[in-house]
Amino acid sequence: MIDRDDPIVTTDLARLPAHAMAAALRTGEASATELAAAHLDRIETEDGGLHAWLHVDRAGVTAAARESDVVLARARADGPAALAGLHPLHGIPVALKDLISVRGGPVTAGSRILAGYRAPYDAHVTERLRSAGAVILGKTNMDEFAMGSSTEHSAYGPTANPWDLERVPGGSSGGSAAAVAAHHAPVALGTDTGGSIRQPASHCGVVGMKPTYGRVSRYGIVAFASSLDQVGPFARDVRDAAALLHAIAGRDDRDSTSAPVPVPDGLLSLPASDDEAASALRGVRLGLPREYFVEGMEPGVAAVVREAVDGLRSAGAIVEEVSLPHTDYGLATYYIVAPAEASANLARYDGIRYGLSVRDGDVLADYLATRGRGFGPEVKRRIILGTYALSAGYYDAFYGTAQKVRTLIRADFDAVWASGVDAVVAPTSPGVAWRFGEKLDDPVAMYLTDVCTLPVNMAGLPGISVPAGLSGGLPVGLQLIGRPWGELELLRLARGHEAVTAAAAWRTVEPPGLAALRAGEAPTPAERVAALGAGDR
Amino acid sequence: MPYPGGLEAALTRYEPVIGIEVHAQLRTASKMFCGCAVAGDDAAPNTRTCPVCLGLPGALPVINRRAVELVLATGMALGATVPPATRWDRKNYVYPDLPKGYQISQYDLPLASDGLLTFDTSAGERTVRIRRAHLEEDTARLVHATLPDGRNASLVDFDRSGMPLMEIVTEPDVRSAEEARRYAEELQRVLRYVGASDAEMERGQMRVEANVSLRPRGSVALGTRVEVKNMNSFRSVERAIAFEIERQAAALDAGEALRQQTRGWDEARGVTYVMRDKEDSEDYRYFPEPDLPPLRTDPAWLAGIRARIPELPASRRARYVGTLGLSPHDAGILTSTRETSDFFEAAVAAAEGSAATPKAIANWVAGELARLANAAAGTPRGRIDRTGIGPAELAALVALVEDGRVSGTNAKEALAVAFETGEAPAAVVEARGLGRIADDDALGVEVDAVLAANPAAVADYRAGRPQAAGFLVGQVMRRTQGRADAVVVREVLLARLDATVAEEDR
Repeated sequence: MIDRDDPIVTTDLARLPAHAMAAALRTGEASATELAAAHLDRIETEDGGLHAWLHVDRAGVTAAARESDVVLARARADGPAALAGLHPLHGIPVALKDLISVRGGPVTAGSRILAGYRAPYDAHVTERLRSAGAVILGKTNMDEFAMGSSTEHSAYGPTANPWDLERVPGGSSGGSAAAVAAHHAPVALGTDTGGSIRQPASHCGVVGMKPTYGRVSRYGIVAFASSLDQVGPFARDVRDAAALLHAIAGRDDRDSTSAPVPVPDGLLSLPASDDEAASALRGVRLGLPREYFVEGMEPGVAAVVREAVDGLRSAGAIVEEVSLPHTDYGLATYYIVAPAEASANLARYDGIRYGLSVRDGDVLADYLATRGRGFGPEVKRRIILGTYALSAGYYDAFYGTAQKVRTLIRADFDAVWASGVDAVVAPTSPGVAWRFGEKLDDPVAMYLTDVCTLPVNMAGLPGISVPAGLSGGLPVGLQLIGRPWGELELLRLARGHEAVTAAAAWRTVEPPGLAALRAGEAPTPAERVAALGAGDR
Repeated sequence: MPYPGGLEAALTRYEPVIGIEVHAQLRTASKMFCGCAVAGDDAAPNTRTCPVCLGLPGALPVINRRAVELVLATGMALGATVPPATRWDRKNYVYPDLPKGYQISQYDLPLASDGLLTFDTSAGERTVRIRRAHLEEDTARLVHATLPDGRNASLVDFDRSGMPLMEIVTEPDVRSAEEARRYAEELQRVLRYVGASDAEMERGQMRVEANVSLRPRGSVALGTRVEVKNMNSFRSVERAIAFEIERQAAALDAGEALRQQTRGWDEARGVTYVMRDKEDSEDYRYFPEPDLPPLRTDPAWLAGIRARIPELPASRRARYVGTLGLSPHDAGILTSTRETSDFFEAAVAAAEGSAATPKAIANWVAGELARLANAAAGTPRGRIDRTGIGPAELAALVALVEDGRVSGTNAKEALAVAFETGEAPAAVVEARGLGRIADDDALGVEVDAVLAANPAAVADYRAGRPQAAGFLVGQVMRRTQGRADAVVVREVLLARLDATVAEEDR
């Protein structure tokens, strides 16, 4: 029984997984208002040193939580059937990456150019969360327009990694990953265009999933690369990730690329029992792609991944080596397709209708000044790359060829599925979280860290990163890649991995940065970066 | 002004090579990629907008099925090829009227390609090849205004942003200014017959641009192309191209090199002027629109669209002349709108087996009924098919006239009354006794009454002044209010007068 008068215990509510919070809400041991307050208090005390959040509206969150409580009270009065009818996310706080539109609220996409813009409408996922009864806690930091792998490219300053406050959380959904790892939110939404959910999940030691392209509507999500972007969940365990995916997935008539594929209810009934969960691994055929153990991969990361794969094997999975021969071209292909689409998607930020508007004479001058000041260097770099790739005379050589290679990358996976493999297991990232500034001078070195996640976006497949252990005290993620629309199967495997590693020692390790955050004494990430002399980029 | 000897002289030296691009606003209820209502002329600015047509962050397009069907129907009407699959492309350029920074259009897979359009000209029938017809979204409207504080400003009205637009491009097959006008007129008719567009040029629903170049007669190589815009009526299409032909001919005569330009037509001054040089052709960086999946044209769907395409004006004209025996002039008038043509054909069908010939019906449709409809223009009944007088009702009236059972004058009156009251014209004839007095006895009564009432005229006639008979006929006609046939009246009257004379002579 939770003593609701005890502030320390109340704060501890935030450490529960969402499904435990949901149970407490149903028994009346906790209220949505208390849950919200517990998280808001943490954010207020601790976010100075983390900077996972760009916008939190305490009054709005509290009001939404009260509404959830009203519905809960009514359901409790109506009996068990009414309570069971509530979505598992009812009353649960959710963090949103700040490129998801929330009616009346800011949406910066981590960019100066969207400063002051307030969305006049809800994104589809926002609507779905509202109708599930979830409480939207606030907006999290990100690389500008989701372009980056470290969240250092946010115009609003970097986010720290709860495992080491001098390191990046990964990116681009670094704020969401860090918030979940730091117990600032039990679950969060991010977007993944080339690894932007899975890689920060890996670096922050949480679960992060990119669904099949078309599984979740992109309506109301600030676009980076339309043919690759996909919204997905972060959570501290697989069941919570599945519940969040269930809430947001499904066809939306406003996104023509969202697919009319039924969303399995099985997402809400992943086994709670570790024994049952582990048994799902028996006889499953897993493919280990030799190309994903890339040159330059950190040995500690390779060791953790191999150990995780051994764990799956000892639980009865059949692991075989497979080949995805076009993996090498993934990076080059991605860095043509994504910037090309982005160069068009970002053309609308012209200072005429919303956001930053710098006046400098005629329309062209205003446009140049607004974009010159509004976009950061990485965004400019990619707009230039993409514009070049689409230019007359270069289109066939770059964009045309990239589309063909993309087909080959997809065919690589198709061949693996055709051979009877149920899922591909691989590292999420070739390394652990790096120090602030370490890769800022070398964009290609930063791009290379996404080499294991990019092909999954190119092929439109579902992929999930689950914590697999520590290397040098920093989290390492195991990536599972599934067939199109195979999210449920993938989550069952991920839950199986979670079950077989439930007793592992590394699971008991608390992110070391949390203590300093709790004390409220940590310098801000921006201050740390400034101290490194790397802050003016 | 520009060419000594005028257009005729220019045409003796040079052959114009003209291609025409038409943008037509499609007749849909909602915009191309969102649910916003298509704005009428009277809508206040920026009242028909949403995140999609404002290009807000995160908004996504959804294809308007109806718009696609209208382009496909137009393509079929032009005999064009429809691809098994098509897609949309982004055309990238920056301008304040383009909220996304790109226009969703079609680049290399248009919804229709390789069609033909045949039309009449003063020099006979001409056929122009249609290169393609594709679907795209319209831009917002820029309004240049002076603000209350005196500053000049450009205001953007996004009500037009995202309206569905069809672009129809010809091969450079047009050879004269008149042909260009005739092509545009015929295309307008096709668009209206198909129901694809209201295509009012004055309201910007149909915008015509022409690419005009000249080459010396006998030469094959193409000259430098000039694009002419801002032609807001069919008349200005013909005038602007004629001007441009003369201007280019004068320049070529003078040995000047023409520049590849976009020129605007100044209707008031009757000249074209430079809008911009096109030396550096813009790179639109087209690429496939990733927000929209490719569109497959299902054969059953296409068949349904094809089945709904009506017979087109050219075919109807030929049939009216060839089968119904109308003059080309009448055939042209009757096919000028689909409503008129459909009404005419329904009336002809209803008149089957009666005395009303297609020619007679044509005269009444294009004459009296059209006059009534035009007089009511702007009201709900101001269109040939909405006067309240149905095709069968008109046919019945025409049959009465052709049978000699009602005079033309009285039939017109019956039609006017029918238009006012909503009754059938034939019923009006009956109720108001407008029909001919067919019975000689009944007519005799009227004649006797007139003779009795006009002894002086009778006396005149008898005194050897036969013109007095004319006066008496007129009196009978007046008395019978046009219901009597003047020829019959005269016969009956003279028979009576002569009979009395004979009697008295005896």
